Amino acid sequence: MTLIDIRRICTVTEEVFRETGPAPGHVLRRAAVMAVLTNPFAGRYEPDILPMMEALKAPGLAMAKRCIDALGGDPKAVAGYGKGAIVGEAGELEHGALWHVPGGYAMRELLGDARAIVPSTKKVGGPGARLDVPITHINASYVRSHFDAMEVGVPGHPRSDELVYVLVMTTGARIHERVGGLTPEQISVWDGQR
Amino acid sequence: MKADIRKITVQLDETLSEMGEAVSPPTRRAVACAVIANPFAGRFERDLTALTDIGAELGDLLTKRCLAALGIEGGRAESFGKAAIVGEGGELEHAAAILHPKMGTPVRAALTKGPALIPSAKKMGGLGAAIDVPLGHKDAAYVRSHFDAVEARVPDAPRRGEIVVAIAITDSGRPHPRIGGLTKGEIKGEDGLR
Repeated sequence: MTLIDIRRICTVTEEVFRETGPAPGHVLRRAAVMAVLTNPFAGRYEPDILPMMEALKAPGLAMAKRCIDALGGDPKAVAGYGKGAIVGEAGELEHGALWHVPGGYAMRELLGDARAIVPSTKKVGGPGARLDVPITHINASYVRSHFDAMEVGVPGHPRSDELVYVLVMTTGARIHERVGGLTPEQISVWDGQR
Repeated sequence: MKADIRKITVQLDETLSEMGEAVSPPTRRAVACAVIANPFAGRFERDLTALTDIGAELGDLLTKRCLAALGIEGGRAESFGKAAIVGEGGELEHAAAILHPKMGTPVRAALTKGPALIPSAKKMGGLGAAIDVPLGHKDAAYVRSHFDAVEARVPDAPRRGEIVVAIAITDSGRPHPRIGGLTKGEIKGEDGLR
């Protein structure tokens, strides 16, 4: 059985200049890469799904590379990240959970020393379902300025036998961040949290 | 008047297979959106020149963003489309002012040619409203394999005083066209129709 069958790839980049306030003079970039895959377990209960987790490593790395490229190609420019999955209706939530390890480790591998756990979300949804992917700072989950989320989705997908796996990266804080808290400069413990 | 741009998004959509049939080479569609301030929100303005000028500016900017996402020279583009969503403080005519008088010339300049009508759509909408941008072949409107549409949407726009302006460019038609009609190999490319 073929575990990896990619039907479609959708890459979205955003450049945020300002919201309702004055432009801060720098641009926030956010990118999402969404891959639509055939769900090899659709329509049945498969107890052993772990082989797919292993098989997702290579496509995970390719998606992370695309995401970095969408932000300009420099891994050092990436400051925030997140991941998510949407499972078509003939699948189960657990099939989305397969993405945790290969999605997260792909980004952390390409970004070098990223310490923070990759925040994530997942759901079962129909074609065109949207997902708000949570985003945190790559080195310290408590950096308040980088708490964010990016809404993603692929029109027409997932069909019932499909999975949508998503990676998101950003280049910085929310465009008008001003609620205090831990700043990137104050990261000192390097435990992935503070 | 220069456009007051809050945000730019670019989406690249690649279809690798459809119904189990490989799409080779993959069909690729890019959509670039600009979220701009509507200079006439909240009042009736008879002279919409400022918006027609913005249409020319965005025709150039967004077409080039699409080409960059596709990684192609303008001459290799195959189909195009455009659309606008006006936030509730504006009126439908504001979309028309952006899309129709001056936008086409810079789009065609960036694509080196494109005698066909650029298909368009417009609507009033709130935050996250989606619009289906119609697509047609840039050199011959009757090329049946290239009749298509691609969904554009920006999750946090348009606010009531904003307009979302979208341009879509592809380097291909539908994934598995098989309903006959004029093919791209038969294009004469003179009258914009055939």
